[in-house]
Amino acid sequence: MTNTTDESSATTYNDNDPYAGAEPEGEGRVFTVGGGDWEDVVSAIDPAESERIVVNMGPQHPSTHGVLRLVLELEGETVMEARPVIGYLHTGIEKNMEFRNWTQAVTFITRCDYLAPMFNEATYCLGVERLLDIEDQIPQRVLVLRVLVLELQRISSHLVWLGTGGLELGALTAMLLAFREREEISKIFEMITGLRMNHAYIRPGGVAQDIPPGAVDAIRQFVPVMRSRIDEYEDLLSANPIWIARTQGVGFLDTEACMQLGVTGPLLRASGLAWDLRREMPCLGYDTYEFDVVTETAGDCYARYKVRLDEMRQSLRIIEQALDRLRPGPTMVADKKIAWPAQLALGADGLGNSLDHIRTIMGTSMEALIHHFKLVTEGFRVPAGQAYVPVESPRGELGAHVVSDGGTRPYRVHLRDPSFVNLQAVPAITEGGMVSDVVASVASIDPVMGGVDR
Amino acid sequence: MTEPTDTAGEQELEPTGTGGRRHDIFGASGFGDTSGFGGLVARPPQLVSTPRPYGEWFDEATDALQAAYPAFGDAIERVVVHRGELTLHIKREALVAIAQTLRDDPGLRFEMCASISGVDYLADPTGRRLHAVYHLLSMTYRRRLRLEVSVTAEDPHVPSLTEVYPTANWHERETWDFFGIVFDGHPGLTRIEMPDDWPGHPQRKDYPLGGIPVEYKGATVPPPDERRSYA
Amino acid sequence: MGIEEKIPDGILLTTVAKVLNIARKNSVWPAQFGLACCAIEMMAVGGPRFDIARFGMERFSASPRQADLMIVAGRVSQKMAPVLRQIYDQMPEPKWVLAMGVCASSGGMFNNYAIVQGVDHIVPVDMYLPGCPPRPEMLLDAILKLHDKIRTGPISGKPEHTTIGNSPYVKPIERDTRASKGLAVDAEIPAFTSPLPGAGS
Repeated sequence: MTNTTDESSATTYNDNDPYAGAEPEGEGRVFTVGGGDWEDVVSAIDPAESERIVVNMGPQHPSTHGVLRLVLELEGETVMEARPVIGYLHTGIEKNMEFRNWTQAVTFITRCDYLAPMFNEATYCLGVERLLDIEDQIPQRVLVLRVLVLELQRISSHLVWLGTGGLELGALTAMLLAFREREEISKIFEMITGLRMNHAYIRPGGVAQDIPPGAVDAIRQFVPVMRSRIDEYEDLLSANPIWIARTQGVGFLDTEACMQLGVTGPLLRASGLAWDLRREMPCLGYDTYEFDVVTETAGDCYARYKVRLDEMRQSLRIIEQALDRLRPGPTMVADKKIAWPAQLALGADGLGNSLDHIRTIMGTSMEALIHHFKLVTEGFRVPAGQAYVPVESPRGELGAHVVSDGGTRPYRVHLRDPSFVNLQAVPAITEGGMVSDVVASVASIDPVMGGVDR
Repeated sequence: MTEPTDTAGEQELEPTGTGGRRHDIFGASGFGDTSGFGGLVARPPQLVSTPRPYGEWFDEATDALQAAYPAFGDAIERVVVHRGELTLHIKREALVAIAQTLRDDPGLRFEMCASISGVDYLADPTGRRLHAVYHLLSMTYRRRLRLEVSVTAEDPHVPSLTEVYPTANWHERETWDFFGIVFDGHPGLTRIEMPDDWPGHPQRKDYPLGGIPVEYKGATVPPPDERRSYA
Repeated sequence: MGIEEKIPDGILLTTVAKVLNIARKNSVWPAQFGLACCAIEMMAVGGPRFDIARFGMERFSASPRQADLMIVAGRVSQKMAPVLRQIYDQMPEPKWVLAMGVCASSGGMFNNYAIVQGVDHIVPVDMYLPGCPPRPEMLLDAILKLHDKIRTGPISGKPEHTTIGNSPYVKPIERDTRASKGLAVDAEIPAFTSPLPGAGS
């Protein structure tokens, strides 16, 4: 044991005593106190650093929402410092996109935020369309279809949040229920785009292809079912005392902190500020739809839970309005030098170009053949410039900064991912709380590591 | 009216300095021109600045910035208005002051820094190839603005914006990681995406994509950056 | 299971081996190693529609010490690779690895500096499952094939990891590549001579 030279410590053993042993008698340090607050005495003598342990909630962890590593310094159960370490899923998507066509790059950027892939595609395509200066030539049907699939994707993403958030807090039923609904949405997506995830459906100029005949009915059947299921989730969780105890008062982040940290999305809206890009700086015709921007004022995990549940309801409203607005029309921009030529149909040998399309390009129109060839091999050229058109993804402001040098390939695409920015709030949210609150807080941020690391 | 495939001579070209000289209509070279249109040369884009008036709210904003920050005229290198977006190319010494003004001035109120990233213009005519791009958002006025600072690879120092916008912390770390732009005054400028001991800055244009050749049914396909291109 | 590994297979403990392997295949506990998009499809497999609980596998073990099967679901970046190896090493024998998705099998669409081009660079893989992402039914198919592999495999779980030629699967893989036939891998492209009169190359 060391001798403390601090006079206020008043240790009982005397280093001048030749008969005293090298080790003090008794276990640990012994102090004589003559009154005063115990906390003051102890904190003056026994600095807290020796009690802290560093715990690594490593990249492989059931509760860290993907490969997020949290280095926590704990004092007992209280988190003193929390440092998120990211980069475990870095894929170099942005650099990969520089070696592909403008249209091929959609398949890469769609895998960034893989829970809401079409939002990545949407922001990228809006940036490309702004550079191409065809923003006002996008057909009405394309705008409606894009809004339709984006809102379906929002519900799907919030369902995964609900499922995994519930799973991490111990409500396993929420996981099963949420994934049951997500299957319905995945079926609809499979009907429309051909894939359950990472669809590459929204392309520069329009959408990849038109929706098949049964899709509108399937979505119409789905909407009331989903509405009743959201009520089911409310019944299951909102008044559940365990859920309330784990999420209320936990992970508080007020509006000022959100603004400084650049946090957007449900976290900002749960802290009281009604900032939703769909309402404030709309694109894709969002200003013509009727929906409410859901806000809460508490700023804790429970408020974010309520915000996301209500956002699902608002998305259902928008979907119904979009379905009513669908009118027959083209699904790609009229300019044939940009419009992706694929009209896919299921033939005898699988999915491929429809026979009508082949008949047109081989028999009828030489220009169509040339356009098809040029677009597929070389791609269209985008005038030089930069554009940044963000959309409101389920996690916040998602924007692709698209830079073109006038060529057929993106010169640089940077995705401003909301999870990347929201994760900066982890120390602010968790420090001072308990370890179990870290799980709840990170779940309420809803980070998707694919978007964080890209 | 769209002219998406017309690359030559648009006066509002955003200067990118990529030096895109192309000598075939397809841009491919090395294995013979397959088009018959050989001989076409695309002019490289010049660094232009949009003349006043800029239109929309841009004049009002630049005037407010000039009023609040009198040295604005020296600090500004170029103002580009393209496709309805305003980009201010500024000198790095004035970056923090201008950002603070943009944030605090009641007529500007750009409260949120949406994103900071880098772009590597390898063929920049002035030699300053690394650009740090700052996207600012004004929630009060529903406006967006872009600031761009250019530095050379030999002296890649840019003042850090973490004092003005705390959200810049991770963004600047990422830009350092991928481009090598050093942000002076950053509380902890370390690699964030790549492993801590990774050499090089991956998203620079002279850093290879990496990748291995893939064999499939007897043929090998080289990695994407070494493949023959049609563009 | 010490002595059984020293006795050559098939001599003494055939019935025991069969029973043991059936028991093993019916209670595989996957180690939770969901990385990216494939992890979502893996979660969907755990969901009620594509129920993995019917195979006894719904307990995705967070701790590798209690897991049998590591389903590498998603792209493995260079930073994640040592973590992957450490988790694999922490799993006790017998263990199997299923590379789910093209990114885990071969690097997938990301042929670049940041992604390990197939987790078989790091861990020995027993089942490769292509797809981007593979449908949940495909994952179940791969799991069932892995179950067959476990059931017909040796008693120690699997042969030595490092010797590739010791596979209990008798049928060699027949390749139909130019390399296997001894031809030059990149075919020689004959020089093009134009049939047009007076034309150059």
